[in-house]
Amino acid sequence: MTDPDVLIHARGLTKRFGKFTAVDGIDFDLRRGEAFGFLGPNGAGKSSTMRMIGCVSPPSGGELTILGLDPVADGPAIRARLGVVPQEDTLDVELTVRENLLIYGRYFGLPRDVISERTDRLLEFVQLSDRGADQVEPLSGGLKRRLTIARSLISEPEILLLDEPTTGLDPQARHVVWDRLFRLKQRGVTLVLTTHYMDEAEQLCDRLVVMDRGKIAAAGSPRELIEQYSTAEVLELRFDPREHDQAAEKLADLRAQRMEVLADRILLYIPNGDTALTAVRGLGLEPLTSLVRRSTLEDVFLRLTGRQLED
Amino acid sequence: MASRAPAARETRGAGTEPPSPPSSFSFAVREFRYWTTNYRRTWRGSIYSSVLNPVLYLGSIGIGLGSLVNKHGSASLGGVRYLVFLAPGLLAAAAMETGIGESTYPVLGSVKWRRTYYAAGSTPLRPSDLFHGHLLFTAMRLVMNCAVFMAVMAAFGAVQSPWVLAALPVAVLTGLAFATPIEAWAITVMKDTSFAMIFRFGMIPLFLFSGTFFPVSQLPGWAQPIAYATPLWHGVALCRSLSLGTATIGGTLIHVGYLAALAAAGIVVGDRTYRRRLYV
Repeated sequence: MTDPDVLIHARGLTKRFGKFTAVDGIDFDLRRGEAFGFLGPNGAGKSSTMRMIGCVSPPSGGELTILGLDPVADGPAIRARLGVVPQEDTLDVELTVRENLLIYGRYFGLPRDVISERTDRLLEFVQLSDRGADQVEPLSGGLKRRLTIARSLISEPEILLLDEPTTGLDPQARHVVWDRLFRLKQRGVTLVLTTHYMDEAEQLCDRLVVMDRGKIAAAGSPRELIEQYSTAEVLELRFDPREHDQAAEKLADLRAQRMEVLADRILLYIPNGDTALTAVRGLGLEPLTSLVRRSTLEDVFLRLTGRQLED
Repeated sequence: MASRAPAARETRGAGTEPPSPPSSFSFAVREFRYWTTNYRRTWRGSIYSSVLNPVLYLGSIGIGLGSLVNKHGSASLGGVRYLVFLAPGLLAAAAMETGIGESTYPVLGSVKWRRTYYAAGSTPLRPSDLFHGHLLFTAMRLVMNCAVFMAVMAAFGAVQSPWVLAALPVAVLTGLAFATPIEAWAITVMKDTSFAMIFRFGMIPLFLFSGTFFPVSQLPGWAQPIAYATPLWHGVALCRSLSLGTATIGGTLIHVGYLAALAAAGIVVGDRTYRRRLYV
């Protein structure tokens, strides 16, 4: 591996816990400046992968190089150049907002005046400037997340690792976090994130891998994945539960490129949704609701694994 | 961060040799400073109780109960008043209590409740740095508590020899001989109910039967070897010999050697258990 722009290089990367294989021989390269995502349901092996990249979980097999270094031997040197936003907040809730950044900055060996100057800047960046002296405990989930992001940036990391950055946040709080992450990306910070939200992956990731049961099921940009594994449009139909199965049988006659019969809905994968809806009505079927939409990564995931991302 | 990324491209490409990391000690100091920052909010309350405890014990048992003991004669106490006999033993016992207290709930809290060890673990610090940093803080708390205890001892007129000053490092060592092995174990614990065992079946029997309140020679014959094997007895015996001015070189070396070996073993084991818990 000689390309200096490849920041993380993994081949056959494996993580086992006893007999359970959480990550099963995955390959990927992370390039400088890109936003790279691991998309998959809970238990797909995303967090285990992130912990190996974060040098807090030794790989059970395969090859892993981070910033040209070995995560097992050079953990401290690598971690000095990483920023980490863990899945569960690890803020010290008894301390104030500023004290949390002070402690974290000191962990990186930064002098006090540097920490103080960066703290001002970072709190402004995550819109917490007026909360600096407040204790962390009573802050909302969204504010704590933003503080965790600010904390991860105190050392001006070359790679920022975000493990499910918006899980558990309300929609408004999620959008604020997305906006901040997008700005970081614009500034050239390399982002690695895991998510089980397909909209998050579509918004933030230049390139992503779809993970399922420890393996990579597909890789590419969101656009590429959708083009490769789905159709341009999707028609979502909802029928009276008593007619659901019968309708599914009849719809098979339409010869759509693909049809997914879910518990509550039927999805038809077609080039044009409105044309297809007319054809559905032509069969004498009247859905309770119908929705024509563009294909998303959710559809890609369903196609690849036969399961939904969020259940 | 805006200006950093392009600059980093020139100087820190993949394949760079790892910069030699700062020493383990400076990493441990970073974690130590976390604990002192945290302690700033509670230090007043802790000082208050570290003054109050010796005042209550020395007043009630040392003077109150001691007045009855003294009437019985002081031959078995080495010819000193009960208060003078008791105080250095209580000093060692208080060090044990501080050592155990610091190495149980705060450790479990750092992995389970506050999860601060995971925050620190994603910085350059290694699990052993977190362990050593917390031990430094434990040592600081031991110095504070034992110094306050000795000041109260002096105020009660319970010291006889200037050698008592050497009892401060000895008491701190006694506390660490408990803190390092217990902390090495505490990091493996999943539930705080495990700690109740340590207090009930470890700390309290040691407190009562390791020569703190009466000489071990008063115990039945079969129990005496057990008492002599406990770390608290070594701490009590050494603190008492220094306070009374009866310390011998041989005895001192045995006691210090025993306590230091225990503390060192705890560090060796703890380096492994910390790593195993935090690097899964």
